[in-house]
Amino acid sequence: PGPTKGEPYECGMETIGDAWVQFRIQYYVFAILFVVFDVEALFLFPWAVIFKQAGIAGLVAMGVFLGVLGLGLIYAWQEGALEWED
Amino acid sequence: MGRLMPGWLLTLVQLAIPMVLILVLAPVGMMYLTWLERKVIARIQDRFGPNRVGPYGLLQPVADGIKMLTKEDLVPEGADRFCHLLAPILIVVPALVLFTVLPFGRNLVAAPLATGLLFFVAVGATETLAIFMAGWGSRNKFSLLGAVRTAAQLIAYEVPLVISLAVVPMIVGSLNLVEIVRAQEGFQWFLFTPWGFFGFLLVMVAGLAEVNRTPFDLPEAESEIVAGFHTEYSGMKFALFYMAEFLSALAISALLAVLFLGGWDGPGLLPDWIWMGAKTFLMIFAMIWIRGTWPRFRIDQLMGFAWKVLLPVSLANLFGAALWSLWPGFGGNLASLGLVGAVFLGTTHLWLRPRPHLPTHWVENC
Repeated sequence: PGPTKGEPYECGMETIGDAWVQFRIQYYVFAILFVVFDVEALFLFPWAVIFKQAGIAGLVAMGVFLGVLGLGLIYAWQEGALEWED
Repeated sequence: MGRLMPGWLLTLVQLAIPMVLILVLAPVGMMYLTWLERKVIARIQDRFGPNRVGPYGLLQPVADGIKMLTKEDLVPEGADRFCHLLAPILIVVPALVLFTVLPFGRNLVAAPLATGLLFFVAVGATETLAIFMAGWGSRNKFSLLGAVRTAAQLIAYEVPLVISLAVVPMIVGSLNLVEIVRAQEGFQWFLFTPWGFFGFLLVMVAGLAEVNRTPFDLPEAESEIVAGFHTEYSGMKFALFYMAEFLSALAISALLAVLFLGGWDGPGLLPDWIWMGAKTFLMIFAMIWIRGTWPRFRIDQLMGFAWKVLLPVSLANLFGAALWSLWPGFGGNLASLGLVGAVFLGTTHLWLRPRPHLPTHWVENC
């Protein structure tokens, strides 16, 4: 493949600027939120498996845990961290 | 048979047979899934699908495969060659591995892992990394932006998916997919319970987003950011991306059938793998139908929906399932339905309230 074929695609034009552009901070915020909630979801699995043996006490304990994280979600929502700014 | 071969050879054969079966059947299934999709979407759009290549277009996937294999494999200059090469491989291998834990029949599971469900989720989550590698390795602004958006979408929907999937082990007490199907034997499918119904809907929606299908296919829609993360791919590598998407869609359909529709459970007239196949087919058909009928989400609607609606509703479903299991009977049903319904209405109202700087064409008096 010659030089033209090897160029990266930019709607038929010559590329403007380097391809590895800086990305917006929004993505980092979503990634952090993802990590927190994914770890929470991960903690849900062992609890789910022994849910029936743990009974009401287990439900209350997990409820407190989820409640604290839920408050974190509400805080992030209020702060506007969940908006996708354009 | 065990006495004819030494022990190590027997183990090797026992491992190799399911692997070979999956490696042969999954791509064939995926090829005919592409045919089915084109035919069904075409009929929804009042036109014929492919019908030239072979009877009813049945050889179309073969023709597509030959086309993809013979295209020139271009790598843009200055691209990170290793990343560019590794990304399609890294995306298709987990998609194939997903099929090892799915039970297709009473004794038809390649690896009856005790943590099958968690394995499924974990392996499915590695696709996000592969997509990002594809976008980065292409050295193209559009690829990178498309890949970052796709990755943001995938991680946003990963959380409600995982939380919605956690309700099933709560009631069954095990992560083993075979146990989960056994718990639904005798037509006691989880779909018929309130938490199972909402769980089904949640996993369906989050699953569609995880496999990048409409209405969540913004990253790879043709009129959007060129072709997103796979702009710079051609030939076999593109075929691998395409294959991975359809394999994941097939795997998610099979997972839905296993978790909520009773897997291989069915009246004894037909063999159990036919029931499993029929349920998976029904789920795939629903996904294709949705693709043919619904418009896509905008990126901010997509992210808002995941974090503000699906996440609270999946947590509410978790509590609803807990209440259902603690109060068996009518009270539990009502409690879980009520909780999930209330949270859903609350969060959608909060999410959809008109905001002045965004277009709100669905509110007339703005």
